[in-house]
Amino acid sequence: MDNSDISADSLISVRNLSFSRGNRKIFDNISLDIARGKITAIMGPSGTGKTTLLKLIGGQLFPEQGSIVVDGLDVHQLRRKELFNLRKRIGMLFQSGALLTDINVYDNVAFPLREHTHLTESMIRTLVLMKLQAVGLRGARNLMPNELSGGMARRVALARAIALDPMMILYDEPFTGQDPISMGSIVHLIKSLNTTLGLTSIIVSHDVAETSAIADYIYVISDGKIAGQGTPKEIAASESAWVQQFMNGNPDGPVHFHYSATDYIEDLLVSSHPPARIAGKQETFKTDESLKAKGLKKTPSRKRGRSRYRRED
Amino acid sequence: MLHFLQQLGSSTRTSFAKLGRATFFLGHTLTGVVDVAIRPRLLLNQLHSVGVLTFLIITISGLFVGMVLGLQGYNILSDFGSEEALGIMVAASLVRELGPVVTALLFAGRAGSALTAEIGLMKATEQLSGMEMMAVDPVNRIVSPRFFAGFLSMPLLAALFSMVGILGGHMVGVGLLGVDDGSYWSQMQVNLDFYDDIVNGVIKSMVFGFAVTWIALFEGYDAVPTAEGVSRATTRTVVNSAFAILGLDFILTAMMFGDI
Repeated sequence: MDNSDISADSLISVRNLSFSRGNRKIFDNISLDIARGKITAIMGPSGTGKTTLLKLIGGQLFPEQGSIVVDGLDVHQLRRKELFNLRKRIGMLFQSGALLTDINVYDNVAFPLREHTHLTESMIRTLVLMKLQAVGLRGARNLMPNELSGGMARRVALARAIALDPMMILYDEPFTGQDPISMGSIVHLIKSLNTTLGLTSIIVSHDVAETSAIADYIYVISDGKIAGQGTPKEIAASESAWVQQFMNGNPDGPVHFHYSATDYIEDLLVSSHPPARIAGKQETFKTDESLKAKGLKKTPSRKRGRSRYRRED
Repeated sequence: MLHFLQQLGSSTRTSFAKLGRATFFLGHTLTGVVDVAIRPRLLLNQLHSVGVLTFLIITISGLFVGMVLGLQGYNILSDFGSEEALGIMVAASLVRELGPVVTALLFAGRAGSALTAEIGLMKATEQLSGMEMMAVDPVNRIVSPRFFAGFLSMPLLAALFSMVGILGGHMVGVGLLGVDDGSYWSQMQVNLDFYDDIVNGVIKSMVFGFAVTWIALFEGYDAVPTAEGVSRATTRTVVNSAFAILGLDFILTAMMFGDI
């Protein structure tokens, strides 16, 4: 990764970013650029810190090292007021929608307008109905958030995210847990909003097919590093075994199917003892019956693999 | 032994770190007075949910506490032939002690736990985070109105509790046990001091209101954002509030009435 190539048309430049939670390194000196006006996807397995990256970009978390420059402003050097002004130009779609549960759909979409503008109620009404029309939920304006399906809640949240006409939208796992129809409508919305409103979109996701379909550029992150980057075609043709495993969803590969553990046979034979007593021996499970039949030898475990699937929070 | 010391050290550090966070949080909450002043509607809504919705439990509990005081007071006082002092006994116990303390305990159970659960759930469902990303300060917007509502409601609820309690004592003492109606009220009127008793009682309830609301809101805001984390935080609110109320009550009583 060349760190000097801050291109003029990149809206966000992340440089030498490091971030840890406890002893675990989430990002280890990564640098990336998000192009203006494009849809950029950040992909990677659960727990690689994709959401953390969005929170770092939004200034909700502070990096240990490195900088994030959004539209010429270094997010973590800004004063609180400047940061808030920057955030008014950033829409974020949370995984759960994060709608305010005590007010209805209309008031949720009106919330940022009422907080940050001095528009009259009739102007706000017009704007809210336009935003709701854009996501196809103008008819649902009087519903409460608990009356919405997951997909609808996300679309309302999207209407709220575009309420202030932001320059970019951060999508946190927009496709997770959606039925095919609402998945399709969200994929379509992200693409069409990006084109019609001239936005810059960042999608954090691990849904390979949907993301590849609309992304202009993809970064694949693993173990705190960028494992691969390029257009969806380039990524699909990547020579990296890890990227191939991720994109094709193979159960075994560089990421082992089995969580790091002691020898299987040994473990079974001493099954009367709790596993903690033999935890001193750190050898991975490797005596799968098929491996034995092939006469393959035991190989030592990849110790780093043990943290791969741990959730970040 | 070493392990014990290690545990002691780490739990002390954690507690002090939490106290530090709570203090910063309180400072941040108090700056929200501006938001509340600009938009009194936020405060009014919270006064309703924190204060008005606690009305029923306070009234009913106050009535029963007053009735029990009337009954117990009559039994003791009648041994000395001074039943007519029942009025001042009931009123002084309520206004000085039971009113503020029991109201605060009930308030922590009813309103405090609800506040913790509400804020904790807003955190767990990313509503607070979402607000931050919409450039709205969640502490000033969500927490501060609740804090001021709790602080303002407590003295009113405590006054209500004492008032209903005095009526309950009257019902039992005068209505059932035959204490003279005139002496019940006149003893109270003569002996209850406005500053020593009533103002001190109000000060107590304001302090408790401050402490309980602070604890409840901080526990919610500091909760681990999962279902389990929120339930633990709610429990901690009730337990810590009870400790704070009773501990503060001793300190305040010592300062106000104790000549210590």
